[in-house]
Amino acid sequence: MPDYKNILSNRYPLAQSWTLAVAERAGAYGPARKALGTMTPEQIKNEVKAANVRGRGGAGFPAGMKWGFLNPKPGQDVYLVVNADEGEPGTFKDRTIMEKDPHRLVEGCIISMYAIGAHKTFIFVRCELVLAIQRLEAAVKEAHQKGYLGARPFGKDHPMDIVVHPGAGAYICGEETSLLNALEGQRGEPRLKPPFPAVKGAFGMPTIVNNVETISSVPDVVSMGGEAWSNLSLLPPEMKDGGTRLYGVSGHVVRPGVFEAPVGITLRELIYDFGGGMLHKDRPLKGVIPGGSSTPVLRPEDKVHAPDPKSPMNKWHGKSHLDVPMGVDTMRNLGTMLGTCCAIVMDSSVNMVEASRNLMKFYHHESCGQCTPCREGTGWLEDTLNKLASGRGKASDVDLLVDIANNMMGNTICALADGTAMPMLAFVRKYRKEFLEAAEKGLGPSHRLDEAVRAALVGGARVAAHAEAMGGAA
Amino acid sequence: MTTPAQSHAPLTLTPEQERRIDEILGRYPTRRAACLPTLHVCQEAVGWVSPAVVAYVSQRLGMAASEVQGVVTFYTMYHQAPVGKHVLWVCRTLSCDLRGGKTMQEHLEKRLGCHAGETTADGQWTLKKAECLAACGYAPMVQIDDRFYENLTPEKLDALMDRIERGEMPAQEETAWTPNQAS
Repeated sequence: MPDYKNILSNRYPLAQSWTLAVAERAGAYGPARKALGTMTPEQIKNEVKAANVRGRGGAGFPAGMKWGFLNPKPGQDVYLVVNADEGEPGTFKDRTIMEKDPHRLVEGCIISMYAIGAHKTFIFVRCELVLAIQRLEAAVKEAHQKGYLGARPFGKDHPMDIVVHPGAGAYICGEETSLLNALEGQRGEPRLKPPFPAVKGAFGMPTIVNNVETISSVPDVVSMGGEAWSNLSLLPPEMKDGGTRLYGVSGHVVRPGVFEAPVGITLRELIYDFGGGMLHKDRPLKGVIPGGSSTPVLRPEDKVHAPDPKSPMNKWHGKSHLDVPMGVDTMRNLGTMLGTCCAIVMDSSVNMVEASRNLMKFYHHESCGQCTPCREGTGWLEDTLNKLASGRGKASDVDLLVDIANNMMGNTICALADGTAMPMLAFVRKYRKEFLEAAEKGLGPSHRLDEAVRAALVGGARVAAHAEAMGGAA
Repeated sequence: MTTPAQSHAPLTLTPEQERRIDEILGRYPTRRAACLPTLHVCQEAVGWVSPAVVAYVSQRLGMAASEVQGVVTFYTMYHQAPVGKHVLWVCRTLSCDLRGGKTMQEHLEKRLGCHAGETTADGQWTLKKAECLAACGYAPMVQIDDRFYENLTPEKLDALMDRIERGEMPAQEETAWTPNQAS
């Protein structure tokens, strides 16, 4: 394992790390005591700004700037809402915070509520994460018993409470306005913006919606100081992308999992150092989705083209996409997104028509149906890919995929359609030959996505017997 | 599917369940906001969101029954028909499928003798396909009732299901964690 320091995750290995006694012995609530005891809300906000925390939920928006949009009218309540609806395919990092160190999130909420003038936090957790919900609820209860929440947290006359709110199974609720509708007891359909949540959010009140990891970073920002925390990043300071963060890696690697590293490690480090390299030594990397399924796929053989010395990417001119430090802006300059920093690794056994078909099925299932381009587009993409896969397709269907995707982009209320269209376009552009081959002869049974591991999971005889028993139906 | 006769009778909850709903109502500035958690409590009590549940929730929260029904149909975790004693969700999304998600689904269909979306003849299991359950690094995985079981093989899954059929509830394992060297 590389030798970066575990900061956000330093309490993960402790026995019973999710209990207040263990967490506090290892430093929890020291930063909250410092923040509420010695700092003004303005000072905390300035530290968060100086820390250059880019939102960890996928969009990478500067957290300090988001907090700055709050301008409540007299008499208005302010709410903090924590987005713990982790559901972007490939992403499984926030869960580790809630399961292994829920007090870090509770402490982050306490400091953040004080900073933005809120008295109540709603943590919106997808209800499938039962263990995370149990541990968070227990942590909130312990914090109440200690007086860290309640009427006078840390002696400050600033009452605080945290409510853990379960979702009910819908990917779209990770979109912040859809999440607010689900919180208010409605169908999780995204709202038109503006007004943005900072002006009119939960229950019509000014609201800040932040990701679990973003809020969990706040205690370290307070204890280290914003600038020091920002400087943990390996990116140059002018990129304003600071700190340390959780990375995930899944798919065809030896050691899939969540790891902590500074902002700005490369995909090569993530796959080969943290992930332990490719699962099968004779099957090289074919493509990697860098930060959740909505981020366009990258190929290892593609090189950065930025000969202009004034280009922000010039430093990496001629290098593989895998060797560019991962940051919000660097990834955007590669035509993809940093997203949630959780990479899906695919080796040479993967057929990209099948990989994209898996994801388009997901988006079709998860489109809320409010906007026509998304409701119809996601289904049309899936149908077209089904046609290609089953051998009923034709070459013009490949262009149809591009046409549908282009007509979804920017034409809907929320970003789900863009998050569907962008990866679709990248798959077709970068692996066009495979799509044309599928148009010609369809995909055989050997194109299954789990073909690479199936032999290890079940014996060949059992697979054949099963295929017969099921009459070939999937 | 025929609706069980009891679903037409009004829903009666235990005092403990009523107390939980009162407590939930106290958390929010509006009654309606309690809709999702209240539906969870009722589903736990009844096993699915029956017409009686919808009637109860709409009356308790002051919502139209059609509004509650609209909420129920929007989300995947509310069962709109009776389910088996155990509900087994097998994740089908990309990261899981790359590590054997489909193989697990086929194994389950063979073991249970039903397809995804169906309930076994003996009413013990309902098999459903899940979209990404945030366990991508521990694939393949399934969720059985309220627990995640990860890093599965067909043999491991068989052993788990055997235990569950004997009335045990195997604990969810802590996810693996590898700290960096400097720490």
